[in-house]
Formats: sequence, C-alpha cells, structure tokens
Amino acid sequence: MQGHWEHFDHGADIGVRGFGLTQAAAFEQAALALTAAVADPATVRGLDRVDFVCEAPDAELLLVHWLNAVVTQMALHGMLFSRFQVQIEGHRLNAQALGEPVSASRHEPAVEIKGATVTALRVAQLGDGGWVAQTVVDV
Amino acid sequence: MDPRTLNRLGPCAWEIPRRGAMLAPAVIYASEALVREMDEKVREQASHVAMLPGIVGASYAMPDAHWGYGFPIGGVAAFDADAGGVVSAGGVGFDISCGVRCLHTGLQRADIVAVQAALADALYAHIPAGVGSTGAIHLNSEQMHDMLTGGARWAAEQGWGTETDLERIEEGGQMLHAKPGCVSALAKARQRREMGTLGSGNHYLEVQAVTEIFDTTAAGVYGLRAGDVMVTIHCGSRGLGHQIGSEFLLRMAAEAPRHGLSLPDRELACAPIRSDLGQEYLGAMRAAINCALANRQILTHLVRSVFATRLPSARLSLLYDVSHNTCKVERHAVDGRQRELHVHRKGATRAFGPGHPELPPALRPAGQPVLVGGSMGTGSYVLAGNAGSEALAFSSACHGAGRAMSRHQAQKTWQGRAVVDELALRGILVRSPTSRGIAEEAPGAYKDVAAVVDATEAAGLARKVARLEPLICIKG
Repeated sequence: MQGHWEHFDHGADIGVRGFGLTQAAAFEQAALALTAAVADPATVRGLDRVDFVCEAPDAELLLVHWLNAVVTQMALHGMLFSRFQVQIEGHRLNAQALGEPVSASRHEPAVEIKGATVTALRVAQLGDGGWVAQTVVDV
Repeated sequence: MDPRTLNRLGPCAWEIPRRGAMLAPAVIYASEALVREMDEKVREQASHVAMLPGIVGASYAMPDAHWGYGFPIGGVAAFDADAGGVVSAGGVGFDISCGVRCLHTGLQRADIVAVQAALADALYAHIPAGVGSTGAIHLNSEQMHDMLTGGARWAAEQGWGTETDLERIEEGGQMLHAKPGCVSALAKARQRREMGTLGSGNHYLEVQAVTEIFDTTAAGVYGLRAGDVMVTIHCGSRGLGHQIGSEFLLRMAAEAPRHGLSLPDRELACAPIRSDLGQEYLGAMRAAINCALANRQILTHLVRSVFATRLPSARLSLLYDVSHNTCKVERHAVDGRQRELHVHRKGATRAFGPGHPELPPALRPAGQPVLVGGSMGTGSYVLAGNAGSEALAFSSACHGAGRAMSRHQAQKTWQGRAVVDELALRGILVRSPTSRGIAEEAPGAYKDVAAVVDATEAAGLARKVARLEPLICIKG
C-alpha cells in the first residue's frame, strides 16, 4: 500500500485520515493530513527539526496524543511541518518532524487546529495488511 | 433526523424518551424543518449525554444543534454533585469560554459608510488575526497567574478596560475559584504570545448596523435603535483553552474506569464532580474562562484605540459579553426545589430571564442579552432571556447559525476571493489573511440564522430583540 492521506467530512470540523504499510507510516500520513488542514504541505520547507515522545494506554489514544503533540508544537513555535518520521514500540512513540515558521503570505494558512478529538477515532490494520489511522480535529 | 421518530412536546419541542441506559429523556428544541436538517448524530449524542450519572431534568439540544464531541454542539446538561454527578471536558469543548461581546459605538450607519474602507484596513492592521498571529502583550509567570485568576478584571486593572465594562460581562468579568496551578505548563506556554489575538476559523470581529427592532421595550433597556452601529467580537480562550481541553479529555477518558464510569462512548470523557480529577478540571476550566474574558477585554481595548484615531466621536461601551462553552455552578428550581447544579453549555448561551439577580441592574428589566452570531453575509441577532426558559433548559438558548456544510465541502464550493467580492457589492467589507479560510466560512456554509432564532423564540427559550447586519468583517 502506498502511504497517503485524506480528509473526511465532519459537520463543523475536519477529519484526518492516514494510510500506510505500518502503523507508524499511517501515523505519519495522519500528521500530514493535519498539516494539510491548515496549508498545502508542498509549500512547507523542512528547515527546522522538532522531536516528539508520546505514550498512551492504547494505539488509538496514542494517535490522539501524537496529533495533539504536533498541534502543540505548531502553536508554541508558530510552525508548520511537512515531513514526519515516526517509530512506534508498543504504545510508545518517538518521532521527528521537519518544518518551518508559518508565513501568512507563502503558506496562506486557512485555520488553526485547536486539538485532536476522539471522534471517529480509529487505528486498525486493514484486509490488505496496511494500516489506517484517523480522527477528527477541532478547528 | 426524521421528526416522526420523536415525541412532539410542542411546536418547537421534541422528546427522545428515556430508554436503555438513559437516566433521563433528551429534549430537542427546534422547528420541524430544523429537526429534519439535523444530523442523526445529534439524537445519538443527546441520548448518550442522558446516560451520564447525576443528570438532572433532561439532556437538551438547542435549535442550532449539530454533531459535536460526546455532547452535541448546542447541548445543555446539568449535573448534581450530590447525586454522583459528573463534569465533562467534552461537554465544555476545546475552545473554553468561546463567546461573543457586543459593544455600542454611539455612531450611526452613515458615520461608518463615509470611512468604511479605511476603518476596515485600520482594524485589520491592529487586530492580530489568523494562524500564527501573536499579540503585543507577552505575559511572565506572575502576570499569567494574575490573568488566569482575574480575567477581564485583571485586564481592566492593566488599563485595558473600565469598571463599567466589568458590570456588563458574565460573572462580573472574573470567574471565581479558578486554579492556575491546575493549568499545565504547556497550556500557559501556548498562551504566552496569544493575548489579544482573535484566532481563526469561525472567530471574527464585525462592525455591524442594527437593521430591525423586534421588541422595543427590551431594545430600550439594551440601548439599541435601528441604524445604531455596534462592534461584535467572537473569540475564546485561545491556545490555553485548547490545550486544557485536549489534556483533560484524554485524562478523563483514561481514568473513567477507575472512577467506575462506564461510558457509552469514549467521547463522553468525564469525571465525578467530587473527584480530584473533576475538581482539577473545574479549576483549570475556570482559569480558561478568565483567559477568554481577558482576551476579549484586550481586543476591546485595541478596537477602542482604532476608533479613537479614525472616529474620535465614537464611545464604545459594552452591551454584554456572553460565553458559549462553559460548565458553571448555578442554582435552579427543579420540581419546586432549589438545587445547586453544574450546568454544561456546549455551544449554547446562558439566558437568564428578567429580574435575575446575577444580571446588572440596568439589564434586569429585560433579561440577559443573548448574542447570536450568524455568518458574514446574513447578520446576527440580539435576543433576551425569558423567565420561563429556566424550566425549559436551565435558562439556555442558541448560540449561532450552526454549519450546514463541512469545511471540506465549502472549500470545493466557493472561492474566497469571489466571496469577498460578492459581499463587497452588498456593502460588507471583509479583511482576512486567508482566501481558503473565507471559502470555508462562506455565508452559504451556514444554516439560516433567522430560522434558528425564530425557533428559539417559538420554543420560549429567548425572545428576539434586534437584528444586526455586518458592515465590516475581520476574519482570522
């Protein structure tokens, strides 16, 4: 399965969904979908690196923790990220993200993400062996 | 939602009877047409809320209800701590105390039209709005603590408001029993550069004109006349509130089994009011309410500065400031007995009726102003709380139009530039850093706010006082 992401509809907010060969790859794609809810990831250069460590009781809550960690770093440092590398062992995640400071003129950011919810939350292995990781983010 | 599957209680009231694990019924206040438009998720979520321990009366949905997180947006539910009641982070939401503040200007529409473009540009230049925007006020640790404890009162003490402003804000501008110590370091760090910022999404600042008066007596009490120019600010507790919401939602979800809570859905994450986690959340949430009140107060100061330069004859005084996403301890009559309840309003406005002691004396004859935002193109409404709404939904009313279309669909349907041009032809000047954000917030993406307030009035939750139309809209 080729890794990819998509958005899905939620009444007032945005659903983010990542597909990948592994759970970690699906988490990377879900984070890309998160960036795409704000701006076109293709416009975001990978100039600065931020490291992440998250832990949660299960795989689904780990996705929420992971996306929340990305949202927090976006807000704290005024950044957008376009490249993610995720490693997962059990319910513990280590990740590196590359991005750059947000620029109103170059990125034309549409909306701030407030946080990841547990609505439509799903982390699962699919019939073809690939993984899906999805949830709704509040904007 | 199919109205035939509900018990009709009145022209604009529908019941989902108590069944299964529900501890109370759910009641939806809406016209038949609005019920038909409502997502089936509203039924599911309102029913799930009715399963939470300690619920009193019913789980309520306002006429603008739509699919939320655990609670529907437009959901109201009250819980009694003495009956094992809970507090829910999802029942308050991520943008804690997101709300609306409406200011008189003392100006008439003609005063604005003469300088409309220059005023729009000046407001856009001075009000930080949009993703990544930062305010000029950066707080150190001590100032952060004082802001989280003092709310708009703290902001007024810094010179960004007056004692008169505070009288026109819920809680007198300061939410008591806030516990800044329960707010994480990350939440405080997110807020450090965001004081006095508008945010993005559905947040806005508008210069509006009163176009219609429905209730001349209440309008007289509120000081509203046709042609008056008002300024309305819609925003909340910014990054601090978002971080608190995110953190407590996950903690409540993880700790629910330890509290013996069997939740129908993980989204309903909650904790007993009388638990350490429940009390910690209440302390942090109240600090976030103060953050939102302080933020709207600072934005008011910025708006006043712009008007002082461009239209020196303007006098910007508060009509009122309401919060939409809160859990507040209130006393309500239930079956003839006064009870202390934790009332959750998620995308709903408190709407105390005439004579309520918590209202400032000047507003008491009419009841609490209920400020209902529409969309950029359709206008907004000022309503007044009814005495009878206490028995209907613990003195609550609608908060906005509610979305009719997802952001994803809106993006595909409209071009931001075209929306701005079309509104300009109608005399509404929009300023925003984001074309895509404008498309997502296009007037057509929202339900008809007039239908929502009509249903609110017909249900007896609040009565229409005035309609306002935008002249200038600053969008983040």
